[in-house]
Amino acid sequence: MYDMKALYEAQSVRDAIRLRLEHPEAQIIAGGSDVLVQMREGRRAGKELISIYMLDELRGVSLDEEDSIRIGSLTSFSHITRDPIIQQYINVLGEAVDQVGSPQIRNIGTIGGNTCNGVTSADSASTLFALDAIVELTGQNGVRRLPIRDFYIKAGQVDIRAGEGEIQTAILIPKESYENCFGKYIKYGMRNAMEIASLGCSVNVRLSPDRKYIRRCRIAYGVAGPVPMRVPTAEAAANGARPTRGMIDEFAEAVLLDIKPRDSWRASKAFRQHIAVEMARRALTEAIERAGGVIE
Amino acid sequence: MTVSIVGTSEPRVDGYDKAAGRTKYYEDRMPAEALFVKLKHAEKAHAIVRSIDTAEAEAIDGVVKVLTCFDVPELPFPTAGHPWSMDPGHQDVADRLLLNRHVRYWGDEVALVIAENEVAASQGVRALKVEYEELPFVLDAQKAMEPDAPRLHERFPNNILKHSDIRIGDYKTAIREPGLVKVEGWYETPTVQHAHIENHGCFAYMENGRITVVSSTQIPHIVRRVVGQALGRPWADIQIIKPYVGGGFGNKQDVLYEPLCAWCCTQVGGRPVRVDCSREETFVSNRVRHAIRFHIVTWLRPDATIAARKVELWSNQGAYASHGHSIAAKALGSFPQHYPCQHFEGDAWTVFTNRPAAGAMRGYGMPQASFADESNIDDCARVMGMEPMEFRRLNIMPQGFHDSFSGNTNYYDSFRQCMDRGAALIDYARKREEYSHDSGPIRRGIGLATFWYNTAVYPISLETSSNRMLLNLDGTVTLQCGETEIGQGADTAYAQMTAEALGLASYRDVRVVSCQDTDITPTGLGAYASRQTYVAGFSIRQTAGLLKEKILKYAQELTRQSPDCMDIVAGNIVRRGDGALLMSLKELAMTAQYNPVHSEHLTAESTYTIRNNAYSFGCSFAEVEVDIPMCKAQVKRIINVHDCGRLINPALAEAQVHGGQSMGIGFGLSEQLLFDEKTGKPLNNNLLDYKLSTFLDHPRLEADFIQNPEPSSPYGTKALGEPPTCSPAPAIRNAILQATGVAVNHIPINPHTLFAAFTEAGLIRDPWREEV
Repeated sequence: MYDMKALYEAQSVRDAIRLRLEHPEAQIIAGGSDVLVQMREGRRAGKELISIYMLDELRGVSLDEEDSIRIGSLTSFSHITRDPIIQQYINVLGEAVDQVGSPQIRNIGTIGGNTCNGVTSADSASTLFALDAIVELTGQNGVRRLPIRDFYIKAGQVDIRAGEGEIQTAILIPKESYENCFGKYIKYGMRNAMEIASLGCSVNVRLSPDRKYIRRCRIAYGVAGPVPMRVPTAEAAANGARPTRGMIDEFAEAVLLDIKPRDSWRASKAFRQHIAVEMARRALTEAIERAGGVIE
Repeated sequence: MTVSIVGTSEPRVDGYDKAAGRTKYYEDRMPAEALFVKLKHAEKAHAIVRSIDTAEAEAIDGVVKVLTCFDVPELPFPTAGHPWSMDPGHQDVADRLLLNRHVRYWGDEVALVIAENEVAASQGVRALKVEYEELPFVLDAQKAMEPDAPRLHERFPNNILKHSDIRIGDYKTAIREPGLVKVEGWYETPTVQHAHIENHGCFAYMENGRITVVSSTQIPHIVRRVVGQALGRPWADIQIIKPYVGGGFGNKQDVLYEPLCAWCCTQVGGRPVRVDCSREETFVSNRVRHAIRFHIVTWLRPDATIAARKVELWSNQGAYASHGHSIAAKALGSFPQHYPCQHFEGDAWTVFTNRPAAGAMRGYGMPQASFADESNIDDCARVMGMEPMEFRRLNIMPQGFHDSFSGNTNYYDSFRQCMDRGAALIDYARKREEYSHDSGPIRRGIGLATFWYNTAVYPISLETSSNRMLLNLDGTVTLQCGETEIGQGADTAYAQMTAEALGLASYRDVRVVSCQDTDITPTGLGAYASRQTYVAGFSIRQTAGLLKEKILKYAQELTRQSPDCMDIVAGNIVRRGDGALLMSLKELAMTAQYNPVHSEHLTAESTYTIRNNAYSFGCSFAEVEVDIPMCKAQVKRIINVHDCGRLINPALAEAQVHGGQSMGIGFGLSEQLLFDEKTGKPLNNNLLDYKLSTFLDHPRLEADFIQNPEPSSPYGTKALGEPPTCSPAPAIRNAILQATGVAVNHIPINPHTLFAAFTEAGLIRDPWREEV
């Protein structure tokens, strides 16, 4: 039995916006795998909820007119993992969200919920950062799109304007961002399932046509700071470089210049730093190999 | 024709309904009108409650009553699921009240709200305003013994619940022998929780002035006594009903919320009330396993035999006595029997701290002792440059070893048999050699650990078992047994033993009444100490003999044959001499019931007082792969070999081993309840942050058995419930030692532990630590 003040079921995106404007204090609920847990714990007890779970228009993966990959915000993790467009172009995202919790959670949890939570450990987030994803928000003033790095404001807070009735409606990956890119996500947890990342690392590369050079490398972490983050110093070390063991080591150690993991009872800063370097090394190696590159 | 029912892998008697979701647990029997009780747990590790403002809570719609620590009776009661002792000196420490003014751990109950629904009860609890006077607290057992440490219980100076020692020979003189090598280590095991699937809960109602409690418990007859003690009522005034239970592992071998629930019921005029523990509460406010710190000094002769040994251990009791020193005493007692030597000095302290109360948990001190002992033994082998299995073969309990206290004898040289079998199954020698060449970031290792375990609690406590058998009209037999099914498969074993003893055609012809009801069920002590199959075996055999006698006596009237000339075989009365089939049990049962001249209800019951014990033995072999840079150890293969006597049901025995291995893997690699050093607050009392190992953290679990019949048991059987949990953790630790050369002396060996250990050993470099 949940301590819930009211539940409003949105019938359309327009309806959801209306409900949001009418009930500014209400919490949006999609799959509920976070919201209901928090409600049970008493953190959101007594709140009003607006459910958008029935909005099928927000489900599914497609290519838009500009060949951007459009992922509806209510698309579940298991849907994303099995989607042919995802598998063809950005399989790394499918692999990343396949590491969320358990099969049951992956069936109910949505990518919109995963990002709107604003938590740094979200399994989708580091890969979306590494892919320069665009977040689409829809409110009373229409559609607003912003880069995912601007969407995250601080831990637990994202740029959704409740006052304008906004809800997140899609996540977009522009063609330039995924074309000829190969990626690898490594989740570091204390066990192999039912886990929240102690650290997540997503790397993707585009090699030169002869596969001898890294044209572009992007790397992002979850739990290396209050929000997911890119590590530009390491990227700069890889961009344009020939993939060698030495170069990869240099790249991996460079992540320490940008990441800011903290000490907590869940893991020490020193531990996270050590693991971050090893993850960068392994993720880049794997991404290069997936791109058909050979490491000298 | 002989039918062998015992020793066959029959399906569980309750398997179908459990798979179909039909089995009724306590919540499935809940009266619709039951009121909800929610508890206010103190948010201080050590404090005195000054006042509780209940006004706001009482004003909430749906709240029926608020009760606080200022309302409870001053009747201290014990909670351990031990049999009552007629000797006051051997009774459990009575240190509990229903609610506490003196808060002794973060989570102690100080008040409660009774409401018509769960939401109102929870809102009520949140609305309570408690004023505390804070006291200093202590979380570590050895620190709690220091002179200036805060004291938890007035009666226990230095927070020492109990100290015990063992002295064999003359340790101090023995260690002066020239040429001895000293192997010394500190070994530490964590606070872990049982994490059974079904949380504890219960409900209570009054009927005709008596109180009935339906509870998820392992020990209904003991709960009856403690509820009586806590409420100051005659014990027989209480009725406890135990329906199906979704696991206990010892947590429910303690009286948990039954007394509180019964008392709440009396405070609302006998209306039904329910107490349901959440998972978060289960971790903190039920029971946990004792964290134990060991200091071991082993003195070895040049020939690698043990000259002398010293063991000290400090067992963290937490806030209340519960099972108390029994665990530490059992842990200490394991050492001189496991590796006997002429000179032994051992001391065990059980110490109160401001942590959740530690109680019984599968293995009862032995998983802790086994971790320390088997780690030290591998360290000894390493120092002597000896292969660890060879070292064990040289020093482990020999065949014929006899313990005069328990009366146990190692009849068959079971340790060496188990090790030999396990080594052959896992290809130990070849792998040990192969893995010794591993280098680089990812390395493999193989390790081994052994244990021994007693069966039941004789002679420390009473061992008794009772049951009742009734011949039904269709020739089947109903069995009521005081020993409880809690998910382990006990009912199936009882059915098999009963069917074989009576000569029924199948174990399916035994209807086991799984539910214990203290008003009806013959007295049993419950599920603990790996006792039930062993002890029930005595009473089942005895009662079956009595019932058989009655059946054959009645058959005499119908067949004119002497009972001495008849037997029951496969559900029929037969003549022994020629095997002639005289009549079926069904015919006999119908006739006996409806015979107009002599009608008889054929039933028998008896009690057997068990005055035996039995050594159970075993070992684990574990293969691990260690990813050094990632600070991770993964178990690739694990095999347990047990000598638990003759198997009643091999498939169930195997399942029992799998469960124990799983628990052992979690104990060794990932599980640990953490507390904030600054506040004493539990940090990870939920299934996300408390790292139970999952399917993906397990290899395929493998079990094998050496079936040496136990001479003291009518069925040749002995302990298997707890033993599988004892040896996996040290086997994993020893495998990691082989893989990396790093001896990790505290568990869980999780990535944090390995990061520290590998850094110290120079296996991982950390120049960036200073840079950033």
